[in-house]
Amino acid sequence: MRAILILAKLTLREAMRRRILLAGLLLGVSFLIIFTIGFHYLLVQLEAEIAASAPSQGVARIANAEIMNGFVIMGLYAVTFLSIAMAALLGADTLAGEINSGTIQTVVTKPIRRSDVVLGKWLGFAGLLGLYLLLMAGGTVLSVFLQTGYTPDHLLIGLSLIYLEALLVMTITLMCSSAFPALATGGIVFGLYGLAFIGGWIEQFGAYFQNQTAVKIGIITSLIIPSEALWRRAAFEMQTPFANALGLSPFGTISVPSGLMINYAVFYLIAALILSIRIFQKRDL
Amino acid sequence: MSPVPAIETNQLRKVFGNNAAVKGLTLQVRQGEVFGFLGPNGAGKTTSIKMLLGLTAPTSGVAALLGKPIGDRLALARIGFLPEHFRFQEWLTADEFLLLHGQLLNMKAGDLNARLDELLERVGLADYRNKQLRTFSKGMLQRIGLAQALLNRPALVFLDEPTSGLDPVGRRLVRDIIHELRQQGTCVFLNSHLLSEIEITCDRVAFIRHGEVVRVLEMASLSAGQSKVTIRANPLSAEMLAGLCRWGQDVQANHDHVTMTIQDESALPEVTRYLVEQGADVYAISPNRLSLEEVFIETVGRDGGL
Repeated sequence: MRAILILAKLTLREAMRRRILLAGLLLGVSFLIIFTIGFHYLLVQLEAEIAASAPSQGVARIANAEIMNGFVIMGLYAVTFLSIAMAALLGADTLAGEINSGTIQTVVTKPIRRSDVVLGKWLGFAGLLGLYLLLMAGGTVLSVFLQTGYTPDHLLIGLSLIYLEALLVMTITLMCSSAFPALATGGIVFGLYGLAFIGGWIEQFGAYFQNQTAVKIGIITSLIIPSEALWRRAAFEMQTPFANALGLSPFGTISVPSGLMINYAVFYLIAALILSIRIFQKRDL
Repeated sequence: MSPVPAIETNQLRKVFGNNAAVKGLTLQVRQGEVFGFLGPNGAGKTTSIKMLLGLTAPTSGVAALLGKPIGDRLALARIGFLPEHFRFQEWLTADEFLLLHGQLLNMKAGDLNARLDELLERVGLADYRNKQLRTFSKGMLQRIGLAQALLNRPALVFLDEPTSGLDPVGRRLVRDIIHELRQQGTCVFLNSHLLSEIEITCDRVAFIRHGEVVRVLEMASLSAGQSKVTIRANPLSAEMLAGLCRWGQDVQANHDHVTMTIQDESALPEVTRYLVEQGADVYAISPNRLSLEEVFIETVGRDGGL
């Protein structure tokens, strides 16, 4: 446990020293600024139009809530994508890079377990991603809240699912990184992400047109890589019932991943972590 | 009671695909000795070291370090290692780098800090302790790597090409440090191409070819006067040649001379007397001390074992 914490701290320090954190934060802050300004101007415009056309205060309030919800979800969709990119970039070079350069040699010949190396890195990245998500998702939600007083429902559940998705992608990256070079790892992870993305869409359209085969293809893709399913569940949790009922939108969901799929994703993550340890233990360094 | 060997291997073997990088390494290194590991490029030296340290799993065979099986954490806590391609966390400062490795070695904070000061001073990097390793030259990296390998006052240190990036001053430093280590009773396992370095520092050397030990040599025998002696005398009977074996090995008769290897040149007058007493006319007895380089080439072959 001691060694795991030492290596987790080292991982955090590396992210700071190599300016990965700084780059992430700078881009994150620019994202939040643009989101806030954009949201502000659209809000002014939309409020004016709703006020001009809505028959009653009640309808206007509902329309307002829908728009704000849509904005938060859109913002969080972007945040999710950025977190996943962050997860993949952090993880891709870590084991692969250190094995390749030989940096790992003086570490694993210390009286520690090889699993400590993998777990330490995992813990460090999990902390980094948590911080990143807290800043980005927190900033997005806060920006809307400060301007309108609105927060989406089930925010905590939604954010937890997004965090789980980032952790999942990071763990898969770590697993690939223990077996393949950094570039191959990046390729595999983004390929899988693309697969999940397109599978999710096939499932969505399938549900919309009530085509069971298409829905099944989507579910099978989610079994191969359940990341996109986690986002869709998160969006479902946070969306208004109205938006959910409305159906097809780029950021929302019609075919809602079941609780079983969420459990599957957790199981998947743990299995990937165990597998990364196994691969790393067997590997010639 | 003889102490457990620092390193003991039996038929350690590593196969990559169809290629046996190490065919079968059988070796014993005593505690407290400076042991040179010699061989041409591609002889499997680095792979052997990696197997001993648990970086690479042997295909077959066994090995024990300080009496413990490979990868044993109690043994690793008493071992130091400077890898061949010393690449470290370059975004750490020298201080942080040593601190990290000391912590991974489970050293107590007080002891670690004292040791850190001492070692930075010893390798001449005290003024650079707060500089990031990315700013270090190759030689400085090698020095900090060496300090890292000595943090835990190891009983056994593996130095894989420790002088390859160093200037003469740095080489001298490494040599002195190896001397100090020997005095402290540390076993040093030295893998180097620089035969002159090995010649000065080692107690024993093993010659490796195709991942097998072809010869183990006591350096004392080399420097104390193991010589290749050429004797020109006439006549020389088979009996006399057999008699010469008393003083040395590899007695070989050529058409007008005999060569043999003797352990000590002080035996030469006796050899002369013996030949004269046996009725031979002795024209010349000339000893030629072997340099390690000659022994090396003689042992692994001019092709370098390719």
